[in-house]
Amino acid sequence: MTDASSSAITPQMPRTDQKTFLGMSMIRFYQILSVVVVFIAWEIAGLVPISIAFPTFTGTMRALFEMLFDGRLFYAYVETLKPLGIGVLISASFGITIGVAMGLNRTAQWFWEPIFVVLQASPVAALIPLITYAYGIGLTAKTVAVIMLASPIIVLNTYKAVRHANPSLIDMCRSFQGTRFQEIWLVIIPNAAPVMFAGLRLGVAAGFIGVILAELLITPTGVGDLISYHRSVADYEYMYAAVFTVVLFSAILVGFLETIEVKYFRPEKKKGQ
Amino acid sequence: MSVTAVTEKPVQPATDDIVEVRNITKFYSPDVHALSSVNLSFPRGKMTTLLGPSGCGKTTLLKIIAGLLEPTEGEVFVNGKQVHGTGPERAFVFQDFALLPWATVLRNAAFGMELTKQNKREREERARHYINEVGLAGFENKYPHELSGGMRQRVGLARALAVNSDVLLMDEPFSAVDEQTRRKFQEDLLLLLENENKTVIFVTHSIEEAVYVSDQIVILSPRPGRIHSIIHPEFSREADPEDIRRDKNYLDTVEEIWADLRKYLD
Repeated sequence: MTDASSSAITPQMPRTDQKTFLGMSMIRFYQILSVVVVFIAWEIAGLVPISIAFPTFTGTMRALFEMLFDGRLFYAYVETLKPLGIGVLISASFGITIGVAMGLNRTAQWFWEPIFVVLQASPVAALIPLITYAYGIGLTAKTVAVIMLASPIIVLNTYKAVRHANPSLIDMCRSFQGTRFQEIWLVIIPNAAPVMFAGLRLGVAAGFIGVILAELLITPTGVGDLISYHRSVADYEYMYAAVFTVVLFSAILVGFLETIEVKYFRPEKKKGQ
Repeated sequence: MSVTAVTEKPVQPATDDIVEVRNITKFYSPDVHALSSVNLSFPRGKMTTLLGPSGCGKTTLLKIIAGLLEPTEGEVFVNGKQVHGTGPERAFVFQDFALLPWATVLRNAAFGMELTKQNKREREERARHYINEVGLAGFENKYPHELSGGMRQRVGLARALAVNSDVLLMDEPFSAVDEQTRRKFQEDLLLLLENENKTVIFVTHSIEEAVYVSDQIVILSPRPGRIHSIIHPEFSREADPEDIRRDKNYLDTVEEIWADLRKYLD
């Protein structure tokens, strides 16, 4: 079987992004176009105006840059990122460990699944007063709010991904003398990585919701305070600027996670890009 | 030939039978009876095919031989020793290829040796040799999704050959591959095995494939799987592949098996 002729003629996978426009790929062009269209629609809606509480895009950007340069935004984010960072780190490390254990072991599943299903199904905003009752109004309470929102998504996604690992790959590992540890580390976890990372991205986004909720409902600090303060004094441009940064920050964070995933866990995806 | 004709076996397996199964019975659940008292021996260095309609338990039997499934009753012997679970003397080629999507062709082909913790340079050298043997030289750094189905199965075959086991267990290896590729693959496989001195146990539901590649064909009857008959095709393998497929004995054997199996379809 030394000739490759039968197989070598197989054409390369077609690449979808080969057309270019103004030196960028068509996909990138459409991405930018959609953002521009949204901003123009926003500007028009603000000029009409559809509501006196709805500022224009340019006004919002002016307010955004003002807050950026006078440092208000910076201090607000430092305040917000503390509970978010701690909460996400705890949710990710414990969440992935618990999720993997649940996927591999029925007893772990029996113990943890009800807790996280209840947490995921419950309206956490309604539970935030309870958090205040138990943990006061400090950093701990906000961190707990982040964990309550982020961890169920991370745990349940990890658990499902591990439980539904490709049985044929597991058989393959066993038939070639793989140990149980190799089976988990070299096959099950990499196989589950795409869904685990999807859970992680959703979990980080949910954690962001948690910290903003806590700042709106528990103590007016950080970005939540920027939003609620400017709303209360009817400075809608500043309020929307703060909301805009939250969306932007969340999108950047999620994009960053995706980069990490592709770089370290999905080499086959990296090559296709 | 019925089951009873092959049940009489000496206690010590004959030296030229590398794999032997005794009295294998498998229940998946109390009412799913997959195999019923199967006794079989597989001669060393020969290609044996397990053939039968779907649901006859041929893949179950193969997985029991591989040690991937526990039989409800019965024993499996390899080289005269009873085995439990998987072992280095048996390598498996999977119907759905079972390649790691995140690993290159080279790492996939070397994965069996990676699991047994062989030196990286050595195992990659060995994997490269077999990648070349199966006709995939130049594709070492591709990922499975960049290959066609036939090429993926070549990687699966290279992985199984690279671990240097005596027995190759192939579970419908060409069923996910189109007909043209399949024929080419059958021919390539026979050429490759000529130099490898392997015992092959091959599962298929294609009569033509079974007759074309095998020294011994075991026909299983369905629900529960039992040995229906054992056939040794008699035609010269020296001839050109095209001539073999037109050989009278080849065609007669195909017809004979088909006449035998069609009663299970009614």
